[in-house]
Amino acid sequence: MRGGRTVADQSSYCLRDLATESLAGLAQRPGRSVLTLLGTVLGTGAFVAVLGLAATANGQIGKQFSLLSATTVTVNDVGVPQSSANEGGNAYLDDFPADADMRVDRLNGVMQAGVWWRVQLNESVISTSPYAIAGSQNDNGGLPVYAASAGALRAMRPAVTTGELFGSFDVRNAEPVVVLGAAAASQLGISNLTAEPVVFINGLSFTVVGIISNAQRVTEALSGLIVPTTTAENYFGLPQSIDPPQMVIWTRIGAADQVAAEAPIALRPDDPHVFQAVAPPDRWSIQGKVDAALEELFLSLAGLSLFIGAVGIANTTLIAVLERTGEIGLRRSLGARPGHITAQVLCESGTLGLLGGLIGASLAVLLVIAVALAKQWTAILDPAAALFAPLVGAVLGVLAGLYPAVRASRIEPLEALRS
Amino acid sequence: MRFRRAQPGTGTLTTDVPVIRMCGVGRTYPGPPPVHALRDVDLEIEPGAYVAITGPSGAGKSTLLNLLGLLDRPSNGTCELDGIDVSRLPERDRSGLRGARIGFVFQSFHLLPHRTALENVMLAEIYNHRPHAARADAAAMALIRVGLAHRIHALPRTLSGGERQRVAIARAVVNMPRLLLCDEPTGNLDSVSTATLLDLLGSLNDLGLTVIVITHDPSVAARARRTISMLDGRVVSDSQVAPDHPHNCTGAHR
Ligand SMILES: Nc1ncnc2c1ncn2[C@@H]1O[C@H](COP(=O)(O)OP(=O)(O)OP(=O)(O)O)[C@@H](O)[C@H]1O
Ligand SMILES: [Mg+2]
Repeated sequence: MRGGRTVADQSSYCLRDLATESLAGLAQRPGRSVLTLLGTVLGTGAFVAVLGLAATANGQIGKQFSLLSATTVTVNDVGVPQSSANEGGNAYLDDFPADADMRVDRLNGVMQAGVWWRVQLNESVISTSPYAIAGSQNDNGGLPVYAASAGALRAMRPAVTTGELFGSFDVRNAEPVVVLGAAAASQLGISNLTAEPVVFINGLSFTVVGIISNAQRVTEALSGLIVPTTTAENYFGLPQSIDPPQMVIWTRIGAADQVAAEAPIALRPDDPHVFQAVAPPDRWSIQGKVDAALEELFLSLAGLSLFIGAVGIANTTLIAVLERTGEIGLRRSLGARPGHITAQVLCESGTLGLLGGLIGASLAVLLVIAVALAKQWTAILDPAAALFAPLVGAVLGVLAGLYPAVRASRIEPLEALRS
Repeated sequence: MRFRRAQPGTGTLTTDVPVIRMCGVGRTYPGPPPVHALRDVDLEIEPGAYVAITGPSGAGKSTLLNLLGLLDRPSNGTCELDGIDVSRLPERDRSGLRGARIGFVFQSFHLLPHRTALENVMLAEIYNHRPHAARADAAAMALIRVGLAHRIHALPRTLSGGERQRVAIARAVVNMPRLLLCDEPTGNLDSVSTATLLDLLGSLNDLGLTVIVITHDPSVAARARRTISMLDGRVVSDSQVAPDHPHNCTGAHR
């Protein structure tokens, strides 16, 4: 009872009844309800799918494109291999000048740079014992041997576990020293340098100066033995065309492109074309731009279909209201207030929007997962986007239902019942 | 089944207050040309009455009934329901009164085609505070009461006209109203169904329900104890038939 008025009877319409009656209203015309959903399904689905696919693709780019790769330039020797009769017919490549490291070091933006290659050894015997016989238990002949300049060794970004890296002094003097990759060290049974261990390669002794546990730019170095370039040339000959020499350059952030353009000229002003410098792919900016444009297009399409969906809901709801004039009049005669009628129409249109959002978001999630699986990517989707979609749908549905709801509440029971 | 009595604090103190009291009620439909469907009607209807309203087409019978049922407002005069002046109440209060105290039966049934008899009756309960658990039982009781125990779960299109109208009556009385308003309830029914329906209305009236029936059918009017004749928007005769059996309208429902 309100304000001392004498009327005790107030009609009620609890939430549960509101929900039941609205669902019954929708179920009464299932075909039309489903068709009405399409616009909202497409709209919300497109939104979620675009956001999900963009996130997934960006995640993928991010994975491939790290800080490390952004600051790495490699220069490959693509010159014509030289044949030599005395090297058993093997072609070798030595286009890098002896002072290659210094020439590139001088360039702006270079942190460390150096030449390295894999040494070709025929039937090598690698052991901690000078007397190891090929194929015997203490022969580790399968281990790869790399030649690296002092700069190359540092440009690899190695993590030194114990000892130290060989320096330019060792390279200049072609010292018989070796740095072991962690995997090679454990295979040779060397874990510390207190006993000043020595490794024999084909009977030649090399003093172990350090062990490294990481080499970010040349990860394969971890599994082998690294000797100075000059030492390798003296003992094992020039780099061969099967494993051509390469320069690895650690650049400052943002300098990679510039360094890649300048390095071949700095190395061989007379003939820079024997080198091919590989800068990190500039995918960040290019793909980012493409994605942004596509995303914008898709999002505006999604917005358009959301709008069409809303108009569809408004239309269907209005038709349903007009069709059910008699029912609305009957409800009024049974005690429904105008507000109850409004609430029911809004609830019906809101439910349509909610369902559309739910279905759209579910389909979009499935799509994102399917694309990610097909491309072997990791599916990334902000759960907020998926959860937000049904909410957006519901709000849209309610907004779309406003006009029909007001129309419905204005229906006079008398007029409605006369028909 | 007992029907709602005027309750303390609702504007009526005794059962002697008429269910309906109309003073100088007129209803003019705005033209052009304006139609004076009702002119200066004074009317009192006692609780437990059984009233027939007759008259030629266009006499204003439906107009009168719509005013009684709070489906319409008078152009002039006052209209009281259980002593409450309803002509100027806001719409939400009128909706509440309508749902709680008035049952309607229409010539064209107005059943929802997709809902069973039971669900159609339960539709009247959702706006009236009845707890969910009690609804199906109350609706089923109302259907049993109108003789449709065997058709409780039937859809309207599988029911005969007479059965449909009985579902409508069950829906009208499930909330225990004060007043049952019927606008030509037998208009679409054959004579057998009409007889069944009249028996039903009679028995509801015997339980204390005030029944007002508009009819063109003399056999329907003959059942009522009071007959109001209308012509051109006026009450031209109001005859009270001496009850064929003594009927104490206060004793029947408490
Ligand atoms: N909404 C309206 N607008 C204008 N005139 C109306 C309206 N409703 C009814 N009338 C007129 O009011 C008069 C009374 O109508 P009412 O429906 O009350 O007659 P009735 O006695 O119920 O007739 P019937 O026996 O044919 O149902 C008629 O002349 C009718 O044309
Ligand atoms: Mg009429």
